[in-house]
Amino acid sequence: MIRAMTGGGLRLETNKERSTAAPLRAASVPAEVILPLDQHAGTAARPLVKVGDAVLLGQPIAEPTSDISAWVHSPVSGSVIAVEPRPVAYHAASSPCIVIRNDFADRRDNANTAVDYASMSPAQLSDHIARGGIVGLGGATFPTASKLSQAVAQPDLHLLLNGAECEPWISCDDMLMRERAADIVFGAHVLMHALGTVSCTIAVEDDVPQAIASLRAAAAQVQPHIRIATLPDVYPAGGERQLILAVTDREVPAGRLPSDIGILCQNVGTAAAVARWIRDGEPLITRIVTITGSGVREPANLETRLGTPIASLIADCGGYTTDDRRLIMGGSMMGLAFSDDRLPIVKGSNCVIVPSPSDLHPRSAEMPCIRCGNCSEVCPAWLLPQQLHWQAQAHDVAALESFGLMDCIECGCCDYVCPSQIPLTQRFREAKVPVQAELLARSEAHLSRQRYEARGERLVRIENEQRARLEQKRREITGRKSPP
Amino acid sequence: MTAAPHTVAPANTVGRVMRQVLYALLPAICLHIIFFGPGLVIQILLGVTAAVAAESLALRLRGQPVQKFLMDGSAAITAVLIALCLPPLAPWWLIVSGTAFAILVAKHLYGGLGSNPFNPAMVGYAVLLVSFPAQLTRWLPPDISGLQTVAFSLPETLHTIFTGSLPTSLQWDAVTSPTPLNALRTGVAMGQTLQEATAQPIFGMLGGRGWDWINVALLAGGVWLLSQRLIRWHTPVAMLAGLTIPAAIMSAVDPGSYPGPMFHLTAGASMLGAFFIATDPVTSATSDRGKLIYGAGIGVITYVIRSWGGYPDGIAFAVLLMNLSAPLIDRFTVPRIYGHSR
Repeated sequence: MIRAMTGGGLRLETNKERSTAAPLRAASVPAEVILPLDQHAGTAARPLVKVGDAVLLGQPIAEPTSDISAWVHSPVSGSVIAVEPRPVAYHAASSPCIVIRNDFADRRDNANTAVDYASMSPAQLSDHIARGGIVGLGGATFPTASKLSQAVAQPDLHLLLNGAECEPWISCDDMLMRERAADIVFGAHVLMHALGTVSCTIAVEDDVPQAIASLRAAAAQVQPHIRIATLPDVYPAGGERQLILAVTDREVPAGRLPSDIGILCQNVGTAAAVARWIRDGEPLITRIVTITGSGVREPANLETRLGTPIASLIADCGGYTTDDRRLIMGGSMMGLAFSDDRLPIVKGSNCVIVPSPSDLHPRSAEMPCIRCGNCSEVCPAWLLPQQLHWQAQAHDVAALESFGLMDCIECGCCDYVCPSQIPLTQRFREAKVPVQAELLARSEAHLSRQRYEARGERLVRIENEQRARLEQKRREITGRKSPP
Repeated sequence: MTAAPHTVAPANTVGRVMRQVLYALLPAICLHIIFFGPGLVIQILLGVTAAVAAESLALRLRGQPVQKFLMDGSAAITAVLIALCLPPLAPWWLIVSGTAFAILVAKHLYGGLGSNPFNPAMVGYAVLLVSFPAQLTRWLPPDISGLQTVAFSLPETLHTIFTGSLPTSLQWDAVTSPTPLNALRTGVAMGQTLQEATAQPIFGMLGGRGWDWINVALLAGGVWLLSQRLIRWHTPVAMLAGLTIPAAIMSAVDPGSYPGPMFHLTAGASMLGAFFIATDPVTSATSDRGKLIYGAGIGVITYVIRSWGGYPDGIAFAVLLMNLSAPLIDRFTVPRIYGHSR
């Protein structure tokens, strides 16, 4: 039995039905795709192609540069026309990108083939998953193989697939679970094999009955058994730490990873991507994107080639209804606002909202905090945002740290309920900078103290050794002298 | 471009919170007018006028936007709460000076909305209580059949409030009546038993007649505030428990001298204190556990002052004492953070 998210969270108007009325369909393939090299968490990938090179559909075009990095593949066949910085929707700066002109021939890279995962060792399988360019598709884009290898040393791992799509407006996981539950279940089995576990739960919010039915049907047909757990549709139930608590009744200790308590979390979309790579030999070159909001004529979920400009998806959905070009990448609670619809869809792009003024309730004038405590009532990390707010105003780094600023997951619940209309989440984002610096400085100070103490010990040791050697020599000399 | 979240709860502003609190007070205000005449209406009008004037002045002096803060309604609530505590025939300068003191000193000298450590209404009331005790005891008996009352018409009420003297031919001693808490206190002090002291007609089944219904109306308003999620249950429940438990113990130990919990719950400002004063978020403890301690403290201190202190009711002083303790309570009741031990 799954209990409600323990403490905190909000029931929000989800607005998901707007984009789930139409079935999942493929987006138009654009004439040009833009593929940022840093579209995953960790270090940017290194290009393997240069301007003028011909590329095949699914061909690797950039390779990982560290343990936390990912392969990038071409989602079309054609030729590289640029390797240069381009603007992206996930941060303010430009990112290095590979731009490919599509020849619309979809000539495949035949090096990509299906594999028999059951015959592979967990380490081999994890390496192979890395070569598929697969990263967490829930939005965090953490390279999946890196997550697997961090966890694999743990005994008794439990795989938790996150289908709790708690943010308003987003429905790409809902549509995936409805229409491709078999992919998710197959991917779950691959991931279980890579982790050496037979224990897996797929967690879903209870407001997606069709998705739950599809998953149950798909899971019933195969072994080992996968449990489908439903939980109340409370935002942010799909937050990794909140989900783990709701499903397993255990908390991830602060500063630790879920794998430290034997749990590995992956998004359902990631599991489906793993299935496509292992079973069909198709690397991560497409993803499902929700295009929604009153600002677009026909909201829908589109299976989209990575690198497709957002404008192309809007056109697929019948175009804009207004001249207002305000766009949100992600959900209304945590998404990023931007205005340029030429930016590309990347691995982490789950949703684009084109809001009309009536879709969102804008903030009114900010008032002083009246300490009503609504914020702490809804905080899923059990913080006291009203106290953090005072401390942030006072720039009290020590208090901010001890009141748990770094445990804030920036879900926006406190903002949402604040009658004083204070942009708390933004304030906390800003306040984290000096706290982070302080923590870093402290850990550096700790390191240099350790180094200093080690040096001291080393000097003492060397001196002792020298003294011992001298003593030895002296004894040898005196020993030689004495017996005549 | 705006930062996330891109949407907030609709129609959720400080002004709305304050308006809802005023709505929740309406049933009690109506009953108060039925039992004690139109004086309260005059007092509220005087108080709100004084509050708005004081708030405007303070905002202007502090260089704050007057319009924005005036519309939040918090000053009006302060005035209404003070008006509810004063005798309805009290002279005009009492409510005006009390409200002005509350707004100017207790609120704005400490930084205005959200920054005041003490409940402004209770500061204003306490200042009046210690400065003008005689005027604050001049309550009329409730206008209920069986009680000797002089019904004051609106012109007579206005005359009394603005001139400070009764209409000709009336004497204060003849028209006023002690409040139930006061009558009980005086009676017990004179050596009467509880039963003898409460034999007067101003006492009813629950407690003081009239007051009991007003407290019921305040309870209803408070429950509505709870249902609207504008207040948390912790403070009022803890405060009423803090009042009920010692009352139950003492009345069991010495039923001749100490009235039971029902009397305390329906007397004086018990419900007003529990749901409308102690719940003032600015000046109370912030965490749920803190609110329990804070509320319980107010209940117990109120009981102590009522039973053994120098004043018939003790809500104002209890609230102010616990306001003083709130930062300390907050310090020791920080909730456990997700993923942290302790």
